[in-house]
Amino acid sequence: MKGLPPVLITAIVLVAGFALCAVQFPNIASTRVVGNLLTDNAFLGIVAAGMTFVIISGGIDLSVGSVIGFTTVFVALAIERWGVPPLVAFVAILALSAAFGAAMGAVIHVFDLPPFIVTLAGMFLARGASFLLSTESVPITAPVYSTVSDFALRMPGGGRLTSIAIIMLAIVIGGALLLHLTRFGANVYALGGSRTTASLMGVAVGKMTIKIYMLSSLLAGIAGIVFSFYTSAGYSLSAVGVELDSIAAVVIGGTLLTGGQGSVIGTFLGVLIQGMIQTYINFDGTLSSWWTKIATGVLLFAFIALQQGLVALARRPVRKSAGATT
Amino acid sequence: MEISSDPASPLLEVRGISKSFGAVRALQEVDFTLRAGEIHALLGENGAGKSTLIKVVTGVFARDAGIVRISGEEVAPRSAKAALGAGIATVYQEVNLLPNLSVAQNLFLDRQPMRFGIVREGEMRRRAKALLADFGLDIDVAAPLGNYSVAIQHVTAIARAMDLSARVLILDEPTASLDRHEVEILFGIMRKLAGRGIGIVFVSHFLDQVYEISDRITVLRNGRLVGERETASLPRLELIRMMLGRELAETTSARASATEHEAREICASFEGYGKAGYVAPFNLELRHGEVVGLAGLLGSGRTETARLVFGAERADRGQAKVGGAPVRLQTPRDGVRHGFGYCPEERKTDGIVAELSVRENIVLALQAKRGLHRPLSRREQDEIARRYVKMLDIRPPDPERPVGLLSGGNQQKVLLARWLATSPRLLVLDEPTRGIDVGAHAEIIRLIRELCDDGLSLLVISSELDEIVTYSDRVVVLRDRAHVEELAGGAIDVGNILAAIAADGAATAHEGRA
Ligand SMILES: Nc1ncnc2c1ncn2[C@@H]1O[C@H](COP(=O)(O)OP(=O)(O)OP(=O)(O)O)[C@@H](O)[C@H]1O
Ligand SMILES: [Mg+2]
Repeated sequence: MKGLPPVLITAIVLVAGFALCAVQFPNIASTRVVGNLLTDNAFLGIVAAGMTFVIISGGIDLSVGSVIGFTTVFVALAIERWGVPPLVAFVAILALSAAFGAAMGAVIHVFDLPPFIVTLAGMFLARGASFLLSTESVPITAPVYSTVSDFALRMPGGGRLTSIAIIMLAIVIGGALLLHLTRFGANVYALGGSRTTASLMGVAVGKMTIKIYMLSSLLAGIAGIVFSFYTSAGYSLSAVGVELDSIAAVVIGGTLLTGGQGSVIGTFLGVLIQGMIQTYINFDGTLSSWWTKIATGVLLFAFIALQQGLVALARRPVRKSAGATT
Repeated sequence: MEISSDPASPLLEVRGISKSFGAVRALQEVDFTLRAGEIHALLGENGAGKSTLIKVVTGVFARDAGIVRISGEEVAPRSAKAALGAGIATVYQEVNLLPNLSVAQNLFLDRQPMRFGIVREGEMRRRAKALLADFGLDIDVAAPLGNYSVAIQHVTAIARAMDLSARVLILDEPTASLDRHEVEILFGIMRKLAGRGIGIVFVSHFLDQVYEISDRITVLRNGRLVGERETASLPRLELIRMMLGRELAETTSARASATEHEAREICASFEGYGKAGYVAPFNLELRHGEVVGLAGLLGSGRTETARLVFGAERADRGQAKVGGAPVRLQTPRDGVRHGFGYCPEERKTDGIVAELSVRENIVLALQAKRGLHRPLSRREQDEIARRYVKMLDIRPPDPERPVGLLSGGNQQKVLLARWLATSPRLLVLDEPTRGIDVGAHAEIIRLIRELCDDGLSLLVISSELDEIVTYSDRVVVLRDRAHVEELAGGAIDVGNILAAIAADGAATAHEGRA
């Protein structure tokens, strides 16, 4: 194919942006800052990886932010109030969120409803359910929380690669492998190309849909657990709007919003770009943190315009010839 | 592959299948029998129910009544995947592949070679290359399928189905976008598979091909079974009568003489027109009331010439003139403004808007030409739609039906109607009769003649040389993306065209086409 693949453009934006930041604030270029950036955005990286699968398959999952919120509340209550061992609480919430995603996928397939509507309903449902459990912030004091939070790999230069950052990196790598190397991954792209065609070619479209939304919700559950480690609390209002941040990361990462093309690595770069903007604003100190949103908005625009351009280019029938031109 | 079952019972038995879409009774108590090792042609007019029968048998549509048996065992697949599991591999009429995936992934989707849960990409590409090599294709299998021409996509779809090692292979109009050479390769492979005991169902509107390849013929008309015959003992006229339910009016070729044409006014002319790496510069004159045929193999530059003439592709050299005055043709809009129309070959991707009704599809180009501030009234739209539905015999004759629900051939007619409705002065038709049945085929050729008598200038691409010979006043032969010969008057015959095509270097013609 001609031209730069979108992921490469994302990578260039990231590197260029980082270089600009580093010129202004030389301290940014340190493993310490990078380590913090990974930690702060660990939960976002995890949900965005799941969102990538959904969007490539031609769908959307608006429920992930609420699932994160619900997960933090559930985990906090289970450990602190109901006396459930943390590990059991984790397994239970992961099973629950996976089942939730599977149910949304089933509804989308069986009733042939738009994913936007179904997951919007899921979003209200999960958020409502977390308010039912508790409306106040529940601190988590279990010892495992401080152990896990304290654990970190030292990086050269004094940076810390925390346990939750490691979990995120592992999921990003695992997600990329799943998407690019397995039959499941190929089917995700197939669904994004055209559901009807994929089905005529013998792909079990129903099962795939269920699995994809299950994966997204499962990763949202993991992100919720990670979020509870990050804040050491469960709160029903946590992670509001994260679904939109993760969609933004996916699109900035070069995934086509209409499905069929994209990558998990691109999404990871998209998350880093958002984190980088946040970091810059923190360093500057005078800017309102809302500038993050504005910058993200501008970037989103730029990327969508870029993709349209690329798509239009790809449509043009440019074929190699018998040698008249190069 | 061994067929291990009761030899007495046929491979595929369809009994009493019925299927209605709302009020449309697409199939009524249809029987169909396929024996092991035979090639069985399924024929009928556009909308007769061939594709619907195939989709019902393979579980894409739920059936209202009837049973399907494979080797005597009843099966009721509920998806294409289940049908495949039961041993039926199908290439549906709409080329069903995914343009965003690589050629190799398309060939091996859902059955990739695996090791430890990981797709063996290298092995998959190697096998994909080998598979396509059987069809004489040598392309980069790692590139997205969408980069390649319809013909290559079609070959890929067929190769995929052939490789599924099913017991029953169904091909719904597989040859519609292939040229002779590819058809021959396909037939060779079909014969080989039949020799191994596989039963093949073959749908086509090319009767020559049907007589060449099939052992038996089943004919449907208006959703009902007309009969099953041995190909060898069924005269062609009898077959046509079975399909149409009436005799086919003979089309006689009576073209105006060459001298008369010299006198005709030039509608558009192209001098040294071309684009580097696309089509070598050519000279072309199109006169009012004249049909110019473009002949050549796939990839010889026919479609490319058409796109340049219409303005769908930008020329980088040469001069176009309309009515003697130099013009710029850089976008399709320019073409439309000068009164050109272009009916592309890829009707699914380039033409039909499946969700819109027949009426809306027909008035689309006319409305665009008039501009949005001068909308056509509903009365005018109805009137236009009714006229063309009647003229082209679009079935069912309901202008409000979404085009996506029409049979493939009827969709093709709607596309033709769209451009006719703009009353163009120059109309470019790329494979206008592809997928159209014998009856409508004759109608369309008659129509082409009538339009010319009214002063329209036509540029027609067709792989069917007989057809080109019938209606063309001049034939331009292309080879390797260059115009190599122009035949006129008495020189136009199939033999001369073939000779020009085959002159030399014909082996390179199987490269990709835009
Ligand atoms: N999904 C659908 N919904 C409603 N009507 C349909 C649908 N599919 C087909 N039909 C109708 O069923 C009839 C049979 O169509 P079918 O596609 O089987 O014809 P065909 O024999 O394959 O014709 P062709 O040679 O043009 O491909 C047509 O009248 C068509 O309009
Ligand atoms: Mg059909």
